Amino acid sequence: MTLAKRILEGDIRAASRLMRDIDDRVPSALGLLKELYPKTGRAYIIGITGPPGSGKSTIVDKMVDIFRKEEKSVGIVAVDPTSPFTGGAILGDRIRMQRHATDEGVFIRSLATRGCLGGLSRSTQDIVNVMDAMGKEIILVETVGVGQDEVEIVNTAHTSIVVLVPGLGDDIQAIKAGIIEIGDIFVINKCDREGADKMERDLRLVLEMARKREDGWEPPIFKTEAILGKGIFELVYGIYRHRQALEQNRTMERKLRERAKATFLEILETEVMTHLIEKLEKEGRWETIIDDLVNRRADPYSLVEEIMAEELTKGH
Amino acid sequence: MARKIRVLIAKPGLDGHDRGAKVIARALRDAGMEVIYTGIRQTPEQIANAAIQEGVDMVGLSSLSGAHMSLFPKVVQILKEKGAEDIIVFGGGIIPVDDIPELKKAGIREIFQPGASTEEIIKYIQENVKTT
Ligand SMILES: Nc1nc2c(ncn2[C@@H]2O[C@H](COP(=O)(O)OP(=O)(O)O)[C@@H](O)[C@H]2O)c(=O)[nH]1
Ligand SMILES: [Mg+2]
Repeated sequence: MTLAKRILEGDIRAASRLMRDIDDRVPSALGLLKELYPKTGRAYIIGITGPPGSGKSTIVDKMVDIFRKEEKSVGIVAVDPTSPFTGGAILGDRIRMQRHATDEGVFIRSLATRGCLGGLSRSTQDIVNVMDAMGKEIILVETVGVGQDEVEIVNTAHTSIVVLVPGLGDDIQAIKAGIIEIGDIFVINKCDREGADKMERDLRLVLEMARKREDGWEPPIFKTEAILGKGIFELVYGIYRHRQALEQNRTMERKLRERAKATFLEILETEVMTHLIEKLEKEGRWETIIDDLVNRRADPYSLVEEIMAEELTKGH
Repeated sequence: MARKIRVLIAKPGLDGHDRGAKVIARALRDAGMEVIYTGIRQTPEQIANAAIQEGVDMVGLSSLSGAHMSLFPKVVQILKEKGAEDIIVFGGGIIPVDDIPELKKAGIREIFQPGASTEEIIKYIQENVKTT
């Protein structure tokens, strides 16, 4: 049986190997991804983001219980940052989810950001696609909500969940910094802690002040105590309501178009950049370019134009 | 581009101390590896499944409870059953020297004694994983 066929039939070993190749940027992974792409687009993708320690993995773990009771197969992609100093990473999201490790219907994959060009969102999307092709019905993508990359990933989900916790002091500051726009659903977790009600009031105010969304969806707030599973059922049904709303008012179609465009641009960008950088390296031009720029013998705008022109006239 | 080394560090058995395992995890990260850490009290099934899903090169097992003779070989055996015998399993913790030959026969490729330095473990991993 071909590798693609094995993955389509849900073969964990084959899928896992491909994911490794994707992550390591092994060129042969592209061939398989090409074969799998037409079979993707069936999974419902849920993004979950928020500060470190806010309880994202615990929430994912508890949501999986509900999805599994409904006999839905689940894929989880948990992204943690790579240390910029060592290039290494400790990926600990599984600690909260290991209960599901022996459930054949749950596939968990930890990913490090690796911090290279277009790295994070590209491989995350590719890995989500592999899970989609495997037939996972629900795919949860957990990312730490700090950088632009994370925001982009969440943006490509069907439903994006933003997790906050009470008592951080600068909560509302954090909320204002661009995270409001990406949340379809907000969760205040650790409601056993003081300040949950105040946080909810503040958040509600911020949401009311925000620009009305084009799709008419008003993001709900759920209060949870994930460690005890409290509020998780409501959260899952909130997701289902959002899904329904997406499907009813044609937002889904627009979202899918946006996603397709984002995927295409992402791949275009990485491929073009990788190609050009390789070319410059092969021709040994890096040093001259940098020297010329530093000494002001050339300007970067003209140099880029020059290199583009070289490439575009090739083969004509 | 070279492959990144991925290692799963797991603690099978019932004892709840994972300081040693965490020290190893941090040392491997600082050596530039990606370390998947699964926490304490893991069954061999959980460990093997996690290793396969995570696509790791190696699994490092740590045990202080004396259950290594039954649990370590079990991990190797399940990996084999699932067609993942290429994942190398090594162990560490409190393991009597006399147990080492039997563990090696059962497919545990290397055992590190409590005195082993993290450098030794890093070196072992780097030398035994193909990164190109
Ligand atoms: N007090 C309290 N702690 C929680 C709750 N949910 C999760 N935690 C704890 O918060 C810590 C971080 O949780 P985790 O799910 O790993 O957070 P993540 O970094 O956002 O994925 C863990 O120790 C959890 O047990 C909650 O509702 N209340
Ligand atoms: Mg987490």
